[in-house]
Amino acid sequence: MRPDHDDPETQQAHSHPLPGRNAGRLARIPGRPLRIGLGGPVGSGKTALVAALCRSLAGEVRLAVVTNDIYTTEDADFLLRNGVLPTERVRAVETGCCPHTAIRDDISANLEAVEDLEHSLPPLDLVLIESGGDNLTATFSHGLVHHQIFVIDVSGGDKVPRKGGPGVTSSDLLVINKTDLAGQVNADLAVMARDAEDKRGDLPVRFLSLVEDPQAHDITAWVRERLGEDG
Amino acid sequence: MSGNRSAPAAPTAALLMLADGRFPAGGHAHSGGLEAAVAAGRVVDTTTLEAFLRGRAATSGATAAAFAAAACTAAGSGSAKTADTGRTAELDTEYEARTPAPALRAASRKLGRQLLRAARTIRPAPALDALAAALPAGPHQPVALGTVAHTLGLGPHAAAAAALHDAVTGPATAAVRLLGLDPFAVHAVLARLAPELDRLADAADAHAAGTPAHALAAPAAPLLDIFAEHHATWEVRLFAS
Repeated sequence: MRPDHDDPETQQAHSHPLPGRNAGRLARIPGRPLRIGLGGPVGSGKTALVAALCRSLAGEVRLAVVTNDIYTTEDADFLLRNGVLPTERVRAVETGCCPHTAIRDDISANLEAVEDLEHSLPPLDLVLIESGGDNLTATFSHGLVHHQIFVIDVSGGDKVPRKGGPGVTSSDLLVINKTDLAGQVNADLAVMARDAEDKRGDLPVRFLSLVEDPQAHDITAWVRERLGEDG
Repeated sequence: MSGNRSAPAAPTAALLMLADGRFPAGGHAHSGGLEAAVAAGRVVDTTTLEAFLRGRAATSGATAAAFAAAACTAAGSGSAKTADTGRTAELDTEYEARTPAPALRAASRKLGRQLLRAARTIRPAPALDALAAALPAGPHQPVALGTVAHTLGLGPHAAAAAALHDAVTGPATAAVRLLGLDPFAVHAVLARLAPELDRLADAADAHAAGTPAHALAAPAAPLLDIFAEHHATWEVRLFAS
């Protein structure tokens, strides 16, 4: 129940000089974990990516996961069933039919879950917060996460990057998932790459197929880079 | 302008902010027992919703209002720097005694912690730090609400009104989401409840100062307690309580 972004000195020391995109960023607090949000539409593969990141990082990073799936324990169970993380490292947050509210407008239940994990476990380096499946306008509050990954997939149609929305345009990393299905759904990856770059400028985009790359090497590398930054 | 200095108008803007469903303290994920009542077939339309809300206001709502009002008064009764945390802790214990269902105790403390966390950024105050220190597991929601109300310059009547507003608008909103009820019809129910909520706030306010904590209101709703315990065991639920 402590406020976690109230230290003006920390805020000052870490605040970004660039206006706009980085305005209002949550400052890292020494001794507290990095928080990365994973959002995106229903079925785009958020939970599978979280599981892959847990497997890839398990030996090197002390991590925990908060899930916001509307079916409460479903995603948590998936992580537990796959032996990715022990029970005590996964918290499920109920969102009262409004998954976007819980990660953006009223982040209290998620902050509570993060603090609960921090209190009940040895020191953590990383907390992954997975949103419930929502629509293209759902993004994480800068009060909840330090960075956010937006996950879309080719079977949603190759027009999705062109449609934009804050997840596509301003997330710190855009993941275009299930590239192994592109041929079957007539999705043109080149079109998706071009549209994504058009919407995102120099913000990174990564293609992913967990069938071909179960360790999600590129995404894991991006997370490692964020962990290596100051904090 | 009318200048009765001994009775200034009660602050309104801060109360509206605190009671607003958009206030970021996590209430939106709680249905106040409504999700379980819907599953049990007890609430199916606006008529049964109105009965549910009247019952909730008169029982758990009235108790929450009494403790919010008393906590608000207690927060204002200490020295300028620190609240009377002895009285506040006593109120918390008495509220615990009025909350027999473990699931509701847990939900109340979670909501109390969330409100306190939000308030410590929204309006930092020594009384909030003292409350967090006095109750490390987190205060019950009405105790937190009363203390936060005080730090926002509100009095016990406003704290009680906010508790009662919360007691009915949370389940009402949940009914709109779960049953697809007409939001106009649901707000017509809330409008009909308004005089009763005011009356209950008056009653809570009347006991905010002089009444010993153990003698404060204790109306209970056993069915809500039972619903809450069932709900906590569900594998699939949309609301936290």
